[in-house]
Amino acid sequence: MTSDLIVFLVLSLVAIATALGMVFSRNSVYSALFLVLNFVTVAVFYLLLGAPFIAMSQITVYAGAIMVLFLFVIMLLGAESLAPAKALPWQKPLAFTLAVVLVVEAVYLIVSRAQQGMSITAPDASINNMNSLRELAMQLFSQYLLPFEVTSILLLVAMVGAIVLTRQEKGGK
Amino acid sequence: MIPVEYYVILSAILFVIGALGVLIRRNPLIIFMSIELMLNAANLVFVAYGRTYQIAAEIAKQKPIFDGQIFVFFVIAVAAAEVAVGLALIVEIFKAKKNINIDELNSLKG
Repeated sequence: MTSDLIVFLVLSLVAIATALGMVFSRNSVYSALFLVLNFVTVAVFYLLLGAPFIAMSQITVYAGAIMVLFLFVIMLLGAESLAPAKALPWQKPLAFTLAVVLVVEAVYLIVSRAQQGMSITAPDASINNMNSLRELAMQLFSQYLLPFEVTSILLLVAMVGAIVLTRQEKGGK
Repeated sequence: MIPVEYYVILSAILFVIGALGVLIRRNPLIIFMSIELMLNAANLVFVAYGRTYQIAAEIAKQKPIFDGQIFVFFVIAVAAAEVAVGLALIVEIFKAKKNINIDELNSLKG
């Protein structure tokens, strides 16, 4: 077993454990913190895959901005203190069965269709220097310039939408 | 050397955990977080396959390809926009109904 594989296996254990913790913890705040840990683990995977820029975006945007927003709303609503409602009795077993079916199906398809010889080596130091970042920026701002601009408009619309949705009507209701 | 299928299998497992969260949790905030988890699983596959093409390009002495990473960049931006609007909606629903259990949000039921 190479060191790559050991790092991968340990990290995937952490990722799966934190994802399960997110889904099954009773307290929303714990769920959010588990999810932060999961995002950081995925960021380490990106580093292993030679994508330092995406790893840093992942940490700043997901683990930083988005999860702070989530925690803010969780604490703002204070929905933890509400009494838990009655759940449908057949829902949980059905969901588990469907999830197991889905994962078996997916893994079977992946393993049966796998192309031989496609394996990933950990990047050497050369991919983590400024050159690869420069190449990425060149592609982002030439080939993908239009999607980039559309994304900025999308972010603007989302910002305006969020403000309009939560604004208090003046003198109204 | 890690076969690329390992990354795809890990991503499938994370995706299914996210789907399970959407199915069994009744708190829309947790459902939202599960959706983020599913987006992340998809991103992981993008970067993993992007890396295999990068390696192929390195061997063929071509210019490096970053398409997979650029797509992930866009997915992260769209996810941020989606979270901003979605959380605003959840806050509004909570203000109107004093409750965010999705089983009880059935005003549209015919």
